[in-house]
Amino acid sequence: MNWLQFLVQNRSEVLARSIEHMGLVGASMAISLAIGLPLGVALVRRAALRRWVLGAANVVQTIPSLALFGFLIPVPWIGGVGASTAIVALALYALLPILQNTCTGIMEVDPAVIESATGMGMTPRQVLWQVQLPLAAPVLLVGIRVATVLCIGIATIAAAIGAGGLGVFIFRGVAMVNNQVILAGAIPAAFLAIGADVALGLFARSIGHK
Amino acid sequence: MYLGQGRIFGRRIRVAPLSDGFQKGYAVEFRGVSYRLPSGAGLLSGLNLKVARGETLLLLGRSGSGKTTTLKLVNRLLEPTEGEVLIADKPSDSWNAIELRRKIGYVIQDVGLFPHWSVERNVGLVPTLDRWPAEKIRARVEEVLSLVGMPAAEFATRRPSELSGGQRQRVGVARALAADPPILLMDEPFGALDPVTRADLQREFHALAARLQKTILFVTHDVREALLLGARIALLEKGRFVGVYSPAEFLKAKEPEARAFAASLNSVASHEEAQ
Repeated sequence: MNWLQFLVQNRSEVLARSIEHMGLVGASMAISLAIGLPLGVALVRRAALRRWVLGAANVVQTIPSLALFGFLIPVPWIGGVGASTAIVALALYALLPILQNTCTGIMEVDPAVIESATGMGMTPRQVLWQVQLPLAAPVLLVGIRVATVLCIGIATIAAAIGAGGLGVFIFRGVAMVNNQVILAGAIPAAFLAIGADVALGLFARSIGHK
Repeated sequence: MYLGQGRIFGRRIRVAPLSDGFQKGYAVEFRGVSYRLPSGAGLLSGLNLKVARGETLLLLGRSGSGKTTTLKLVNRLLEPTEGEVLIADKPSDSWNAIELRRKIGYVIQDVGLFPHWSVERNVGLVPTLDRWPAEKIRARVEEVLSLVGMPAAEFATRRPSELSGGQRQRVGVARALAADPPILLMDEPFGALDPVTRADLQREFHALAARLQKTILFVTHDVREALLLGARIALLEKGRFVGVYSPAEFLKAKEPEARAFAASLNSVASHEEAQ
């Protein structure tokens, strides 16, 4: 278990890179949620636009992550080498699962519930906040879980454009042809992903209404 | 009589109840109402109907005859493309849609209780929207739940998923009655229930309706239900009224559409006689 020794010996840098990693993921998820949730809600009633937006978000998913990081470097304002470019790229990746699950979750709410809510005199805003969003929450949370785990994985590649994070170990290890160093990045990243998934799963259960 | 309360710029105000406008005239009136889909397909044409205050009117018709559409024109879930619907002698579009709906109880076949809310919260929906004080809501919820035979002590904290179909529909009726609306719209409320439960609810609802003195528009395709509950029966066919009858008139009506319904009533009996 040489990699474990390496991990323990370099624990302060591993910890610092892990925190950096979580910072990248946290910032990109915050941006993605801030855009994805309202946009998803707005798209529910606009079928034609929804196809286009989800299509575009889908296309973003097909761009290899290293290429996307590269593409963004020359873009003014958001581009350049460093964390901000990486955060934008990660937010773009997280957008599809968030958008899709927001739309699906809301559209799957029983139409009879919406009809009675409207028919009893709830305003569209009340229907959204008191009925549609709470009932869509389980599906929505699945989207957030998927997006978070996806981001934690892709964020390792962000080290290639100088954004830091656990990917630093991986790229360094590849350059040094040293598995210990690679694993010092890969294993904490895997644990972060599992931890985030479990934590969000527990959160989903705690607000569950079944 | 309950006087509604509301707030304007943080100051409590008293709102005259809708029923003040009901002292005279009709609760609901259709004047030359037609409804077309945006695609141009006509669902209703030339409806004229007057529903008196406190009357129970049954809208009877086959599937696709336009019953539900007619009902949705009353609480403005749909707007007529021609003619006008008057509620308490005021055109429906001169009412604020949200306010109007809170004064019209609405019960649908699929009930549409909020699955994430308790029975108590579901029933208290409209009083909560109208910002009644919490204590008053609780008392009213208890009262209407007992009206529909669902003691609050036993059912108030349950979720809709913990109720039977018949119980859910009772809660649906309680929810519609909670804010004491002068008008009730009921869209095949008992249609999805088993025949025994349905008969129970029909009987109880008949008694309740007689007691509550509300204006009720009740949609059904079940001619027995129409004859049992209706003081008057309006027969719809392909988006037009064939006629408006008392139950006795309906059974003697000459119109083929009415005769077809009356004949369906006899089919079971004649089958038994044949054996």
